[in-house]
Amino acid sequence: MSSARIRRPQKYTYKRELQPVSADPLVKLSNVNFAYDSRPILTGINMEIPRGKVVAIMGISGSGKTTTLRLIGGQLKPTSGEVHVDGQLVSALDDQDLFSMRRRMGMLFQFGALFTDMTVFDNVAFQMREHTDLSEDMIQDLVMMKLNAVGLRGASHMMPSELSGGMARRVALARAIALDPMLIMYDEPFAGLDPISLAVVGQLIRTLNDALGASSIIVTHDVQESLKIVDYVYFVSEGKIVAEGTADDIRNSTAPYIHQFVWGEADGPVAFQYPASPYRTEIFGEAAHA
Amino acid sequence: MLEKLKGHLRFLGKQVTDRVWRLGFAARFFLAVLLQSGTALRRFNLTIRELYFTGVLSLIIIAVSGLFVGMVLGLQGYETLQRFGSASALGSLVALTLVRELGPVVAALLFASRAGSAITAEIGLMKATEQLSAMEMMAVNPIARVVAPRFWAGVISMPLLAALFSALGVFGGYLIGVQLIGVDEGTFWSQMQASVDFREDVVNGVIKSCVFGVIVSWIAVFEGYDCEPTAEGVSGATTRTVVTSSLAILAADFILTALMFRGT
Repeated sequence: MSSARIRRPQKYTYKRELQPVSADPLVKLSNVNFAYDSRPILTGINMEIPRGKVVAIMGISGSGKTTTLRLIGGQLKPTSGEVHVDGQLVSALDDQDLFSMRRRMGMLFQFGALFTDMTVFDNVAFQMREHTDLSEDMIQDLVMMKLNAVGLRGASHMMPSELSGGMARRVALARAIALDPMLIMYDEPFAGLDPISLAVVGQLIRTLNDALGASSIIVTHDVQESLKIVDYVYFVSEGKIVAEGTADDIRNSTAPYIHQFVWGEADGPVAFQYPASPYRTEIFGEAAHA
Repeated sequence: MLEKLKGHLRFLGKQVTDRVWRLGFAARFFLAVLLQSGTALRRFNLTIRELYFTGVLSLIIIAVSGLFVGMVLGLQGYETLQRFGSASALGSLVALTLVRELGPVVAALLFASRAGSAITAEIGLMKATEQLSAMEMMAVNPIARVVAPRFWAGVISMPLLAALFSALGVFGGYLIGVQLIGVDEGTFWSQMQASVDFREDVVNGVIKSCVFGVIVSWIAVFEGYDCEPTAEGVSGATTRTVVTSSLAILAADFILTALMFRGT
């Protein structure tokens, strides 16, 4: 019988002392409100994303997390309040300045959003070809470096339809860092991943953030994985920030909502039952009240 | 009773204002496509790639349909003309019918079904899978990079496909009229040559097919871009592209024919 050995993955460590330190945050949301028509989505959001840090925005589905990302990326404009990125007021930018700002941002969408008519290589090279005058030789080298960083140099010729969910997410990550952005935003990067892919993507988010000296915002509800890699957490519920703190603060919190969320309890401040009429009335009709 | 009537009126009013609003949005979208066409024309390889998908891949359906329509015209035309002792005019009948009317209209209807629906579905799915949002976040305008090349590919393809449809239709008429029924070959071609006027018939047919190309491509890209980003939304948009394009082609055909009608 062969004595096959399973190599344990090396524990990931990172050096916080290498983080660039700056007093002014890279992203700042000041009293931001947002509504679709008359339906409020975000109310009075105040948030800061320091430079060089990884910050998570957590909350249940529909709590306004992705909307926050879209406000930062300038895809939506706040109903009131201000969103500043690198000192610029996002809502005041014209199209040209907005695109200029986005060139310094990377975004990973929930399911990768890879261009299905392009190979993995072309997906990662897309921004380089669109925004730079680099020669094809240079692009070849840069794309291979990015793909190597996410462990998929060997998959450069593959089409997105040939990739697993975890691989697609890693390719999307390589594409998000193609132009070495100052800010990387992740929309549910852990959704639907197997445990190995989940750990790999989590480690990559932290490693790449530190290696690039960038700042990262992770929108997620995967508590355990994200608490391993983030510096700070904002909890959003019904469009409001209900708690914030470091990973340890969150783990040790006794606040009912945080406790329910972190430990995945079925009932609590977030009720198991969707609001409905009394059960007896539903079953037996009005007579039950008589 | 009055409340019910008010409700119906309110519903009707909302339907009308929704349609008008959407038409206005479609018009603004059309302008945006034209304004953002620089990339599609400067980087023409993007448009050439789409020409392959919209034009080249539509060749089979256009060619086969053109051939069969021409053959049917040959049969039906001969049947009718010989009653009046004018079977020798078969060549003129086939050519004029195809060049002035059937070529542009039927080719446009087929183009809307084959290429228009494909464009809508592709753009709609790109929207549903957040590829368009991803492009926006990468500071690339999806109207310039995705929509405009497809629009121009449709506009360029349409007259070429209509010309091919007419050519193969004439060939189909020749096969039936001359080779099968036995109409004199010299008469068939000379009648055609004498009766088809380049300016009045061919150019007007080309103008029609260009207009249909703009209409179908505009509707196809707009429906794809504006669809609900769900499976149901994409499916509905694809259906709307075919239905709206077909109706718009027929309406535009009437208007263009009326404008080109000389009555002499």
